Amino acid sequence: MIDVLSAACLLAGAFFCLVGGIGLIRMPDFYTRMHAASVTETLGAGLVLLGLMLEAGPTLISVKLAMVGLLLFFASPTASHALARAALLRGVKPELADEENPSSKP
Amino acid sequence: MQGGLRLYPLMNRLRLLSAFVALYVFWLLLSGFFTPFLMAAGAGSVVAVLWLSHRMDVIDHEGHPIHLSLRAFLSYWPWLAVEIVKSAWDVTRRVLHPALPISPTLVRFRPRQTSPLGLVIHANSITLTPGTIAIEVAAEEFLVHALSREGAAGLAGSEMDHRCEALEK
Repeated sequence: MIDVLSAACLLAGAFFCLVGGIGLIRMPDFYTRMHAASVTETLGAGLVLLGLMLEAGPTLISVKLAMVGLLLFFASPTASHALARAALLRGVKPELADEENPSSKP
Repeated sequence: MQGGLRLYPLMNRLRLLSAFVALYVFWLLLSGFFTPFLMAAGAGSVVAVLWLSHRMDVIDHEGHPIHLSLRAFLSYWPWLAVEIVKSAWDVTRRVLHPALPISPTLVRFRPRQTSPLGLVIHANSITLTPGTIAIEVAAEEFLVHALSREGAAGLAGSEMDHRCEALEK
């Protein structure tokens, strides 16, 4: 039962990592690519860690996996913010929907 | 300054104590060995780290916010986790949709928080939620890049905004 749950979490995590990768390729500019990558670093990483924790059971290994998750969830938004801010300050212009294609407004 | 001096050291000592406990538990969980030598080495390391951080003056209400940890843990994190799943699913649908239905938008709004810690929690929560990235963070104004118009529209005065404001109290 645990194995099935764990496998489901790992598979779902792998799926969201893949979605992040596909998004990275399909998105048109730097900032939108960061949005795609954030699917990988939240749901992808989270579900993979959860799957591994289910497999490890109530051991110190699970505790360490939880610490990895905690670190990830504190560090990744900080890094994303620094990256996006640095890009904007260095003059990377975001492609905005309203400027680029006014006719597509709903 | 003089009047506050009497009250401040007590809170500081509490923070030192709680930081010691947290770091020592961290050491024990990472090590997993409970021999006298390793436990003493852990205590020594923790004291060294505390001494260094005391000299750097980082064990304060920002570096070690014991006044909100429990409440944040109990109510804010589960709520944030649900938000992350919801918006990650939204971004996933947009990525996999053949037409790539995105409408990147920059939005500026004034957050309701007043303390640096509240602002950072709000900004980090925005960035952690897929589909929105906080680019500029200041008490007067946030600049956020959103993947869709709908995502951008829901930012000012959002539930996240109110919840982060509530955490400050």
